[in-house]
Amino acid sequence: MLNRQGRPSSAGQAGTTEHPTFTGNKALAQIEPLLFEIGRYDTTGVDLDEPEDFKPRLGGLERKEAIGLPGLSEPETMRHYVRLSQQNYGIDTGLFPLGSCTMKHNARLNERMARLPGFSDVHPLQPVSTVQGALELMNELGRYLVTLTNMTAVALSPKAGAHGELCGMMAIKAAIEAKGEGKTRNVVLVPDSAHGTNPATAALIGFKVKPVPAREDGWVHVEDVKERLGPDVAAIMLTNPNTCGLFEPQVAEIAKAIHDAGAYFYCDGANFNAIVGKAKPGDLGVDAMHINLHKTFSTPHGGGGPGSGPVVLSERLAPFAPVPFVRVKDGSFELVEQNNEAGGTAAPFGRMTAFHGQMGMYVRALSYMLSHGSDGMKQASEDAVLNANYIRAGLADLMSLPFGNKPCMHEVLFDDAWLKDTGVTTLDVAKAMIDEGYHPMTMYFPLVVHGAMLIEPTESESKASLDLFVAMLRDLAMAAKNGDKERFTGAPYHAPRRRLDETRAARSPILKWTPPAPVAEAAE
Amino acid sequence: MRYLPLSDTDRSEMLARIGVNTVDDLFADVPKSLLLREPVDLPRRKGELEVERILSRMSAKNISASSVPFFVGAGAYKHHVPATVDHLIQRSEFLTSYTPYQPEIAQGTLQYLFEFQTQVAALTGMEVANASMYDGSTGTGEAVLMAHRVTKRRKAVLSGGLHPHYADVVRTLSEMSSDDVVTMAPDVGGTEDVLSQIDDSVSCVVVQSPDVFGNLRDLKPIADKAHQHGALLIAVFTEAVSLGLVKSPGSQGADIVVGEGQSIGNALNFGGPYVGLFATQSKYLRQMPGRLCGETVDADSNRGFVLTLSTREQHIRRDKATSNICTNSGLCSLAFTIHMTLLGEAGLSRLARINHANAVKLADQLASVKGVEVLNKTFFNEFTLRLAKPADEVVERLAEKGVLAGVPVSRLLPGAGLDNLLLVASTEVNTDDDRAALAAALKEVL
Repeated sequence: MLNRQGRPSSAGQAGTTEHPTFTGNKALAQIEPLLFEIGRYDTTGVDLDEPEDFKPRLGGLERKEAIGLPGLSEPETMRHYVRLSQQNYGIDTGLFPLGSCTMKHNARLNERMARLPGFSDVHPLQPVSTVQGALELMNELGRYLVTLTNMTAVALSPKAGAHGELCGMMAIKAAIEAKGEGKTRNVVLVPDSAHGTNPATAALIGFKVKPVPAREDGWVHVEDVKERLGPDVAAIMLTNPNTCGLFEPQVAEIAKAIHDAGAYFYCDGANFNAIVGKAKPGDLGVDAMHINLHKTFSTPHGGGGPGSGPVVLSERLAPFAPVPFVRVKDGSFELVEQNNEAGGTAAPFGRMTAFHGQMGMYVRALSYMLSHGSDGMKQASEDAVLNANYIRAGLADLMSLPFGNKPCMHEVLFDDAWLKDTGVTTLDVAKAMIDEGYHPMTMYFPLVVHGAMLIEPTESESKASLDLFVAMLRDLAMAAKNGDKERFTGAPYHAPRRRLDETRAARSPILKWTPPAPVAEAAE
Repeated sequence: MRYLPLSDTDRSEMLARIGVNTVDDLFADVPKSLLLREPVDLPRRKGELEVERILSRMSAKNISASSVPFFVGAGAYKHHVPATVDHLIQRSEFLTSYTPYQPEIAQGTLQYLFEFQTQVAALTGMEVANASMYDGSTGTGEAVLMAHRVTKRRKAVLSGGLHPHYADVVRTLSEMSSDDVVTMAPDVGGTEDVLSQIDDSVSCVVVQSPDVFGNLRDLKPIADKAHQHGALLIAVFTEAVSLGLVKSPGSQGADIVVGEGQSIGNALNFGGPYVGLFATQSKYLRQMPGRLCGETVDADSNRGFVLTLSTREQHIRRDKATSNICTNSGLCSLAFTIHMTLLGEAGLSRLARINHANAVKLADQLASVKGVEVLNKTFFNEFTLRLAKPADEVVERLAEKGVLAGVPVSRLLPGAGLDNLLLVASTEVNTDDDRAALAAALKEVL
């Protein structure tokens, strides 16, 4: 391929291909240079008329130098991004069993609803009288979340799961301070199997993190919690169902022990999708739990956000919910935006974000809930659990289950014991799955088992799809055990890129495009 | 249920294969007394048509920006988004993909993030930008925490021109972390004395330009004073289009630049999702929060992109991480970068000039209305009016007349004695008719 930059490694030069092409393209697999290699500084894909002459009011702060932003015409823009999209794997491409991430079907009805002008084309600071329908939607979403969890209140505004965790832990901190225990209760218990966001969140607002070790059965044991409880403990952050794909059978006892010690129970709701309609976190003794709308209620992951992480709160924490929140008064909806407008016993701890949170995600999530209904949501949870167990049953004899062959929830966790002496790693298996046309499972998480492979099929997969997936993994397992190492260690062979050098990327980071050096200089 | 492929026959066969009798056998670890027997008390499933009816009814109760003369800003702006942008971000491979943890099958996402980072760095005049934050306000909170890590001090000074919601977010986070915050008084005229607040105890000064009242701020002297005292300047913007016309914060000496990117490519969405832009200088890279995409090569020496420097992040560092952030605002950053690509330098600077020209026209027109005073000496596309009556009442009356006039300052700063002030924004979407309608309606009401 012609290289406009004179770089040694241009995109997609397939040196090892058996049938090289002049362009480097391979039929539908198109190479796409960087925007900065094809764009032009005088090109625009938007027709705008230059304004008539006027006297600027910029106070001498006009930009004098060029910015460095190339443009493309509309057809070129279209092609650039369509070609980029074709190098991506999405849920609509195939099975995406990324454990803990819940890659379920994203209904396009939800996209259409989010784009209704009354939701997408309204400003957060319009008069409240002109956005009654938007507030009604927020109120309705809150009612659904509170009903499904049997909790007292909901804070909708957190922008993602980790932001929801932060919100929940801030509510706990505010409650502790209100009791005058702010100085003494500064420890948060976090099981080793927790998402990394849990300890990071607790540390962010000044808590000391005390780990609860993992047991051989994958569960958190109430005696391990009790041992660590004391007047210094503010809360436990427990994921349930946990990251090993197991429901914590002692959750109610743990909650009681925590409460008896004057502490709070934060539940990481990342895996709520396994139990929606089957059990209510409020019944389990939870004080605060974030709900990832992008997992459980199918708002699209979008290649890494935007997410949305509303937090449901128990009666004990409800007064501390942050602003803003929606309130119904005399048949119309109000928006409480300031701490001192909350009224009654409410003592909001503050504000998580500008404006009111992820409205676009609220609409999609409510659209999902209305579509499923209470019966459909229960069925979805059951199917998600059924599908995960079906995969477990299909692979238990060839792969290794760290906690024995017992029922799992919506995801099934394997370790890498079955790869012993094969010379193949979890990473290699993942890359070989790419060649088979699948997105790999979550690898090396949770940290409590060696070489973890966490598979979450979700309820969106048909039996035929699961059968083929199981057969594929059985074939890979046999290949690994029979010494066909090359199929793994060199993989992927068929993806848009071979294995990428992440060490090199981190050693001398190149985080943006820079203009190529002049030819003479580059030749040195 | 249309989203669930399994039939009852499938379910029975699968249960048999697993070796259990009922699906509840798989829920055996849930305490029996807590397992729900019946569906929760919410309505049953609905078809597409019914869902559309319900949500369309709610939508119809709202007045959308495109349906009226619209001048509401204060941190979120109504701009025209080309049809191409919304089409492209709905492509399955972008919409339904995950964080690019398997880079070999996520080069589409990674390459556009690399391009996005390059665009943001150029726009802000900084050396490096990350792959985006949740939004401008949470990004500002993260910027303050980053400054504390860099300077090993824990006191932030917030300008009185910082958007009050942003200041609230910083204060909430700081109170919870027991860090110090000094918030300066609301600065309507953009003339506050930030310099006197800077001493050797200060970690960072947070200054917004254009500020929440619309004033453009000269950042250079603030940066110089901050640097003399070993503090950082965090420059904030809420209107990204302004950077097409005004000096970049980087060229004025900012150490961290954080802003709201909604204006480019993203709809108003009643406040979210938006996209936070975050940039800094290379020397602070390792203290930067959020995801970063970097260039590398694959096993065949072909150029490719990966997420990098993740040793800063929570999934590796846990309680020692630079931030608890686990995501960016992927699809909104895609919308931003596509719109920016369509605009290009030529389009962006023209768009910025149109915005400024429209605002100048509007300011001149409103200045001639009795009972209206334009307070700004400088502005980009938004400015502050002093009205003869309380602004919230005026806005309400104007809404009844079908004009959405702006944001009363009292909504953002209640009790600050600024009840007659109104923030008014004008972008490329406003026509001469819109401006005339606002002026006429104000004349009637005042």
